[in-house]
Amino acid sequence: MKVPVAPPRRLVEVEIDGRSVRVPEGSTILQACRAEGIETPTICYAENLTPVNVCRVCVVEVEGARALVPACSRTVEPGMKVRTDTERVRRSRRLVLEFLASSVDLSLAPDLHRWQEVYEAHPERFGALMEPAAEGERDGREPGRHVPVEPGTAETVAQPVKIDNDLYVRDYARCVLCYRCVEACGDDAQGTYAIAVAGRGFDARISTEFAVPLPESACVYCGNCIGVCPTGALMFKTEHDLRREGRWDEARQTVTTTVCPYCGVGCNLELHVQDGEIVKVTSPADHDVTSGHLCIKGRFGFTFTRA
Amino acid sequence: MFGAGGGTSSYEEVEHTDLIVLWGSNARETHPIFFHHVLRGIRNGARLIVVDPRRTSSAAWADLWLGIDVGSDIALANAVGREIIVNGLHNETFIERATTGFEAYRDSVMEWTLERAERVTGVPAAAIRELAHAYARADRAILCWTLGITEHHNAVDNVLALINLGLLCGHVGRYGSGLNPLRGQNNVQGGGDMGAIPNKLPGFQDIERDAEARARFEAAWGVPIRPRYGWNITQMFEAMERGELTALYVIGENPAVSEADAGRIKRLLASRETLIVQDIFMTKTAEMAHVVLPAAVAAVESEGTVTNSERRVQRVRKALDPPGNARDDIWIIAQLAKRLGFDWGEVTPRSAWDELRSLSPMHRGMTYERLEELGGIQWPCPSEDHPGTKFLHARLWEEDPARRGPAAPFSVTPFEPPVDELTEEFPLRLTTGRRLDSYNTGVQTSRYRSPLRLGGAIEVSPEDAERLGLREGEVVRVSSRRGSVRAPVHIDRGLRPGLVFMTLHHPEEVETNLLTIEATDPKSGTAEFKAAAVRIEKLPAGGAAAGGS
Amino acid sequence: MSASPSDVERAAVDAVLGPPGDGDGRVVRGGREVRGRRHLLLPALRALQARAGWVSPGGLAYVSERLGVPPAEAYGVASFYAMLSTRPRPPAVLHLCEDLACRLAGAEELAAELERLHGPEGEDRDGRTWLRSPCLGLCERAPAALAVHAGERPREVACAPLGQTELAAFLAGGDVDGGVGPAPISAPQTADPEGWASLVLLRRVGRVDPGSLDDYRAHGGYEALRTAVALGPQGVIRELKDAKLLGRGGAAFPTGLKWELVAQQPVRPHYVVANADESEPGTFKDRVLMEHDPFALIEALTIAGFTAGAERGYVYLRGEYPHAFEALERAVAAARARGFLGPDVMGAGFAFDIEIRRGAGAYIAGEETALFNSIEGRRAEPRNKPPFPATHGLFGKPTVINNVETLVNVLEVLRVGGPAYAEVGTAESTGTRLFCVSGDVGRPGVYEVPCGTHLAELLTLAGGVRGGGRPKAVLLGGAAGAFVGPEDLELPLSFESAREAGVTLGSGVVMVFGEGADLVDAVLRIAAFFRDESCGQCVPCRVGTVRQEEALRRLASGRTLGTREDELALLADVAQVMRDASICGLGQTAANAVWSAISRLGVFG
Repeated sequence: MKVPVAPPRRLVEVEIDGRSVRVPEGSTILQACRAEGIETPTICYAENLTPVNVCRVCVVEVEGARALVPACSRTVEPGMKVRTDTERVRRSRRLVLEFLASSVDLSLAPDLHRWQEVYEAHPERFGALMEPAAEGERDGREPGRHVPVEPGTAETVAQPVKIDNDLYVRDYARCVLCYRCVEACGDDAQGTYAIAVAGRGFDARISTEFAVPLPESACVYCGNCIGVCPTGALMFKTEHDLRREGRWDEARQTVTTTVCPYCGVGCNLELHVQDGEIVKVTSPADHDVTSGHLCIKGRFGFTFTRA
Repeated sequence: MFGAGGGTSSYEEVEHTDLIVLWGSNARETHPIFFHHVLRGIRNGARLIVVDPRRTSSAAWADLWLGIDVGSDIALANAVGREIIVNGLHNETFIERATTGFEAYRDSVMEWTLERAERVTGVPAAAIRELAHAYARADRAILCWTLGITEHHNAVDNVLALINLGLLCGHVGRYGSGLNPLRGQNNVQGGGDMGAIPNKLPGFQDIERDAEARARFEAAWGVPIRPRYGWNITQMFEAMERGELTALYVIGENPAVSEADAGRIKRLLASRETLIVQDIFMTKTAEMAHVVLPAAVAAVESEGTVTNSERRVQRVRKALDPPGNARDDIWIIAQLAKRLGFDWGEVTPRSAWDELRSLSPMHRGMTYERLEELGGIQWPCPSEDHPGTKFLHARLWEEDPARRGPAAPFSVTPFEPPVDELTEEFPLRLTTGRRLDSYNTGVQTSRYRSPLRLGGAIEVSPEDAERLGLREGEVVRVSSRRGSVRAPVHIDRGLRPGLVFMTLHHPEEVETNLLTIEATDPKSGTAEFKAAAVRIEKLPAGGAAAGGS
Repeated sequence: MSASPSDVERAAVDAVLGPPGDGDGRVVRGGREVRGRRHLLLPALRALQARAGWVSPGGLAYVSERLGVPPAEAYGVASFYAMLSTRPRPPAVLHLCEDLACRLAGAEELAAELERLHGPEGEDRDGRTWLRSPCLGLCERAPAALAVHAGERPREVACAPLGQTELAAFLAGGDVDGGVGPAPISAPQTADPEGWASLVLLRRVGRVDPGSLDDYRAHGGYEALRTAVALGPQGVIRELKDAKLLGRGGAAFPTGLKWELVAQQPVRPHYVVANADESEPGTFKDRVLMEHDPFALIEALTIAGFTAGAERGYVYLRGEYPHAFEALERAVAAARARGFLGPDVMGAGFAFDIEIRRGAGAYIAGEETALFNSIEGRRAEPRNKPPFPATHGLFGKPTVINNVETLVNVLEVLRVGGPAYAEVGTAESTGTRLFCVSGDVGRPGVYEVPCGTHLAELLTLAGGVRGGGRPKAVLLGGAAGAFVGPEDLELPLSFESAREAGVTLGSGVVMVFGEGADLVDAVLRIAAFFRDESCGQCVPCRVGTVRQEEALRRLASGRTLGTREDELALLADVAQVMRDASICGLGQTAANAVWSAISRLGVFG
């Protein structure tokens, strides 16, 4: 069988934290760090999406570079000298975590809690958190103008949750603007482009055109945005409701991998079951068929098993 | 194809090909995750050409969309073939080496000039020419089709007409070039793999012609196997008409709703001496049954394997306990066998699978452990050190004739228009298909609350809506030569005048199959769901709700 | 979203995109062909804005359909630019500059006056309103405003200086006058017969008819292109290298090397781009060049195209420069008519043409990769680098991108030759430079002096500090630059001296703050500016610019969290992460001026 193989990849030698490391050409610094067992925090990075390097929590110091560089997207070059443990790196990571924790509700992002501890982040030093914005207020903000908050308070993205359909909710008070949902909805998987980043600066937000409700948008409810959201801003309605009722309990959940019973593509599904009910459906990001992405039927079409 | 029935390519190859042709397939909605691979191919530089009567959401991504008349696919394919040949764009080396019947094929398509094809298909000659040249000139090309090709009275000829094109250009048997039917249901491929077709033993071993295989199964099963093809579903209903088939055991099918000309089907089912239905729901068919056996949901409440459209065998696993008395299909069948006097002992999905591996060479290397480890394996996989097969028929490219094996035959595919003719009385062409959020007869999908749901609407072009004075949502009467239903109108800009569209998803609202025609393909037994002739009539003001009548 | 466009919106979009094709229900050519037109998105949105006064849901839906751009993405783009409005806006808008130079000239008093006479910012009264605007690049004539009239005959008029009379005229429903100021007002040296002889970049400003190609040629125009053709691309690159010409946009990259890198790329096509998105507060030199000598830019960009092997060039012009746009449009048309642009330029056997693209109110679009995204019809978000524009620029292809002033320097390099060019200026900073002197000085304007000229000399040239004496502070390089104090007036204005002193010349801003100036106000304005202009893509800049402004306002109001030192330490942290971890130059420099005011001038001391 003549299956073309990719051209052979050479190994590149780089230095990370003083250690000599050999990784395949084209690897990112992040991949090299992970291969070396060097823990590197990430937020916007996901293995099934193109790196957008916007959160900047993975920054490292590269000798010769004026600014720090994002490990998730910078590819290694021969002889590159990388440091992941300098004061500059630690300070930037701490500040990024403080910036997010002081402006976004991270209560459903356990990884980020851990990283805040590791980097000794103190988000409270930026002042008392602002009251949540009125419904729709942030959606109407115009680029190039803003009203400063009262001195002593810290501006946040707090706002009411958006519930406009039966399948999933959007709680943008939890949104770190990592672009993952936009990528999954657009170029990296679904190609639907129902949502995009709108507005500018701190008022940038994930939005449909003119912030119309999802049922009026191009959304096809594949839920691939939920699948990649790292902070719980996008969530199955089932999970949202169970959480509100205080019944969501991951400790009591099992996850079973099976194959979708609908069309003939053969997508792998991970069924999250609690108390004999399917409460959430995901797909493994590393599976060749789906790369972690599903359609509306695979993602939501399972309530029949509870009938 | 050429023996083993399965798509020749892997999804991965769609990402690395130069041209993707979707012919009679709205993969964007019917195979959404396959379409993700198509999108990656497009991003990597592939061109996409879509052949479909409707300007679908798949066509929205196409570099070129050809809005063909329903059922004129053979005319189009033959014209494409002729155009390729007369321009000397066919792959002479491949044809010479690996095919038979080229001359007859060539002669048969010579009458299909671009001009004639334009008259028959409605597609301008220039666009047909563009398709032909794009396909023939591509270094790699993948041609995919779905039910738009197979749900016709001449389904097999439709498929053969497309295969001819692949052979003509050598677009098969190489990485990134192939011929691929996209399977409509999660285990249609697996059903064929397991011999749930009238003419094959498991592993696509021919029941009449392959005596060696037959002997192997007889030895393993301890029963004689008659070397005779069984009936396909259409033949079964014909046999019922003739009184030859009196008892029916239906597993996981809902023919009372899903078959064309539903009125006739229901009459035949209702008059069986014995009707046993094994299903996860009390379907319309089950309601008519003498015995109903409640079954577990295969993908969710039981263990086993399924095969997808790229021939990848994957494990399904049990996540939930089946409700009440529902049982695994495999358990039910084994119990039934036991009551009939065959004690198979304890049959588990795994023991059944291991038996299959011992009898089907193409599955031999697929142990449960390897399926687990590799995330599924694509057949054929003859041994436990074999990685599985990304694409089929690489042998056709071997220089050594001995290794090349049997040649792939061209077929002569005469064009026949759809059986249900358009007339003044029935001037509109009704075609059917799926919508993104729904599936088949809606037994499963009608139970979740999709914001996309259109219900049992009949979709019409803006032009026809205006001509007939129809408003969005207005309930109208739709009639064919066989029956009549009431359905709400949905105006779709993807339709051209004269073409209307319905789905089978909402039989409780609109029984579409009262309209469709039971003109079936003699070779595959598939009915011509895709082409009925209908008319639309406005109801008197205050007309009743949607439904059958 | 199923909103429909009005007939006038449809017509406005069709005027940009051409009439829609007629699908016959049988064949549609789409895909790549349609998606390849996405770069027309911003021009189409601008057309809607100009016709209807806002980008309505119906108008956006129509643009989306025509270009195959998903509505959410088109909205993401429309809502990125301050000059586009996604909410209904009155057809007549007076954009009042509230930035640094205009503040020194009484912009806040004008705002108060507008509020008194008209009502709050944004309020619609008889189809008119007023809005605050960041720097309009009219600093030499501060205070400034830009009057924009949407409608059948859309008009944009720069108005500076804006006095009570003009303001009253606008509110009364009339037009404001203004537009291009006489050259000697914007570039005072050009009025002085003696000083004029030493001018290089400003040589033709005020002496040539900007609308006449013949007049341009009578003043030495298109001689440099002829020289370039005679030298060939390699020769041009050699002259640029010998000239040691460094980019004037802020990064000081060697121009010869930049052109050579692109010329060598095997991937085709190549592009050349003139970065005319002059948006750094206090900067207006490129505007003066383009308004008064537009052919110079056209000729220089043609040389860049010839040298780098590009057949297409873009001028990306900031949206707030209507008069520069008119001048360039005329110049491009004239050059095309005379064969200086087109399939066979000057009969020399190479093809080159230029398209002018207008921004729509986004400082970040001046960042070169953000500028590419803007041309491509995307949000003007900077890209991560590497890869650099030389290999992955506009449309992902090898691209030369230069600031306007840099390009115009190329004409001089070819006129006198590289070595002779290098004799002017200092060893490392060759040639002359344009400085935008504004604020509290006697004669604000664009001044051309050899690199290395002392700051004090430049101020003297500009008539000294208004009212006499020494300045309280001088802002060098704009909002992304740094403040220096009166003790720094001997600073030589060269790349190397600036670097040594820990400041930057940036885009040539020299803004003078006299004794009475309110530096706290200036610092707060700079912080607000960055908060408004951050694209929002990366966390350090998106949140950092907010936290910086909050801390400064706490300090200014006396309501600190903890001690003053705590606040300064917090500001230092914020400054550090923005500098170290932001994607682009905006975030990396967003704390520079603020921090220099604190550390050099002791503003919150």
